[in-house]
Amino acid sequence: MLQKIYDWVDERVDITPLWRDIADHEVPEHVNPAHHFSAFVYCFGGLTFFVTVIQVLSGMFLTMYYVHDIENAWRSVYYLQTEVAHGQIVRGMHHWGASVVIVMLFLHTLRVFFQGAYKKPRELNWMVGVLIFFVMLGLGLTGYLLPWDNKAYFATQVTLEIAEGVPFVGEATKALLAGDPNIVGAQTLTRFFAIHVFFLPAALFALMAIHFIMIRKQGISGPL
Amino acid sequence: MSEKRNQVSRRQFLNYTLTGVGGFMAAGMLAPMVRFAIDPVLKTSAQSDMVAVADLSEISDEPTRIDWTIDQVDGWYESEVPKSAWVYKDENDDIIALSPVCKHLGCFVNWQGDESHPDQFYCPCHDGRYYKSGVNVPNTPPEEPLDEFEVRIDGQTLYLGQTKPHREA
Ligand code: HEM
Ligand code: FES
Repeated sequence: MLQKIYDWVDERVDITPLWRDIADHEVPEHVNPAHHFSAFVYCFGGLTFFVTVIQVLSGMFLTMYYVHDIENAWRSVYYLQTEVAHGQIVRGMHHWGASVVIVMLFLHTLRVFFQGAYKKPRELNWMVGVLIFFVMLGLGLTGYLLPWDNKAYFATQVTLEIAEGVPFVGEATKALLAGDPNIVGAQTLTRFFAIHVFFLPAALFALMAIHFIMIRKQGISGPL
Repeated sequence: MSEKRNQVSRRQFLNYTLTGVGGFMAAGMLAPMVRFAIDPVLKTSAQSDMVAVADLSEISDEPTRIDWTIDQVDGWYESEVPKSAWVYKDENDDIIALSPVCKHLGCFVNWQGDESHPDQFYCPCHDGRYYKSGVNVPNTPPEEPLDEFEVRIDGQTLYLGQTKPHREA
């Protein structure tokens, strides 16, 4: 049945080369943990991607209940966590995943660094990776405010003070992030929400695409 | 190795196990999220109680519009929501409380809303009409009678509850 549907589509639009390009490639022996167990370090990139997928999915589902308004944000989070079936699990995935993804990203970075995998011709991909790291930190930072509890509020207050400390453009940066030169409030929350669920994910997807295309083009770096 | 023992090739075996393990992981990830998303359908809504809406002395055999509010808990948001009913006494002195929501597409109907049909409910949206009993007038857009409220009388006080389909529906 599935085969028939596949064949029907494939006959018309020739989809086999599309997924072959993505799925069919050599896995060199030196990155296969079945050959050398120490090759497990090569998994961290994939694990980062896996946790990112969880973040994106759980985040999408959270927005079914979450409201980015200071009157209702906390209550909506409280409601989804206490009244909605599996709310605790879905929020838990997003909450803990946000930390796990940073850990994975860091381990991946360590592997690339200590193996010297960033060297020519892969310097560009190292830079893209650093940008991904910043985007992830940005996601964590903006997401942290969203539950609008005390921790979120005061952490954001501190973040904005740090931004204000930047020479020359500090005050403007702070006002731009907070939506107001002096208040951390309604406009801060809507801005952080927009950045968290639209702007940074868009940047993240673009950077991940570039990252993966470059890996495919250049291949995985050779054995040490 | 004999033909028989080789029915599942190495490649197939790997395919099956990978699909199985991958499917299991995907399901473990998605199941809570899907259950989370479809919760509104599976939640049993708390039936709201009967609310005192009027004194019986206010009710005649002419449909009168009664307005009241209920406390509504909508997720994390609590509010007072306005409700209305058309209420009258029928020939047997029973209280009839009709929902004003038109059964065509949900506009609000008015008693005697149309001058040429003085003893009917009238819906201005598409000229839907209902007899005093709440039954729809044939050949007008509505295809069902107006819903009725659950009615309870305690002394001189009229209580209304949830709407339910008309007794003649
Ligand atoms: C498209 C992707 C994403 C969407 C739609 C999304 C959406 C959301 C929403 C609605 C919340 C508020 C609910 C809550 O606090 O429980 C939230 C919180 C949060 N998000 Fe995301 N998110 C996404 C990606 C990410 C990523 C990749 C990270 C990783 C760095 C992240 C980190 C956080 C953090 C730290 C919180 C606060 C969690 C908590 O306090 O429980 N988000 N996100
Ligand atoms: S909605 Fe009442 S007649 Fe159409």
